[in-house]
Amino acid sequence: MSNALKLSVPEGMPFIDYEREFDFPVADVFRAHKDPELIKQWLGPRGLKMDIDHYDFRTGGSYSYLHTGPDGVAYSFSGVFHTVRENEFAVQTFEFGGYPDVVSIEFMTFEDLGGGRCKLIGHSVYPSQEARDGMAQSGMEGGMTEGYERLDELLTGARTA
Amino acid sequence: MDRSDDSLLDKAFLALADPARRRIIARLSRGPATVNELAEPFEITKQAVSKHIQVLEQAQLVTRTRDAQRRPVHLNPARLEALTAWIDQYRLVREGQFRSLDAVLQSQAKTNITKEPS
Repeated sequence: MSNALKLSVPEGMPFIDYEREFDFPVADVFRAHKDPELIKQWLGPRGLKMDIDHYDFRTGGSYSYLHTGPDGVAYSFSGVFHTVRENEFAVQTFEFGGYPDVVSIEFMTFEDLGGGRCKLIGHSVYPSQEARDGMAQSGMEGGMTEGYERLDELLTGARTA
Repeated sequence: MDRSDDSLLDKAFLALADPARRRIIARLSRGPATVNELAEPFEITKQAVSKHIQVLEQAQLVTRTRDAQRRPVHLNPARLEALTAWIDQYRLVREGQFRSLDAVLQSQAKTNITKEPS
């Protein structure tokens, strides 16, 4: 697979780190993080409907959105954008409504790789080891929808392997 | 994960190693169905379909209820979930998300090209 996700969930530390390259210029990837219409098309697990209350990706801005599964169950997410520097860097908080007050801080670095490519470097800091481990296990909102999707992928993978 | 989990997992994956059984699971993901209904799209006998369902039942991937005349087969979502629960789910969500982002960027790139005056 091209541009594989490098994800590390280090043992005994309340962090999650990831790196992901894109075959697109840094400005495009940044815009996909900024424009709510684009955000809607990729953020969160597939198969969920996303309703954005507001998404103001700039220093001092905030966001709030709902993900709704086919079963009608809705999950809310909200936070603030502490720092946003165009095509370069963002720090935001992230809170899942199902676990109020368990707020993580997300650092995102947008790195220009030249040749119309770029790299996204993410660092998430959780308020406790427990919160980090719970997040790593649950995959944000899990649920059956994704279970089926993953199963599909698993089976597709098994077929093509 | 303990050993009994592992052996159930083995059974489930073996049960799913057959394309007909995967199609049965795919059909049941849209709702319960009777053996007759499940046999319809297949070029195999009802007996063969029944055998497949037995294998799926032993792997606990499906359950059968007894209501009056019909004995519909149901998917067992909990078992399906267990099938993927041993995978790092956070990673899967992130991977999926970034693949979606790739697709968005791809379609944006296309619209930009069409917008440019030729």
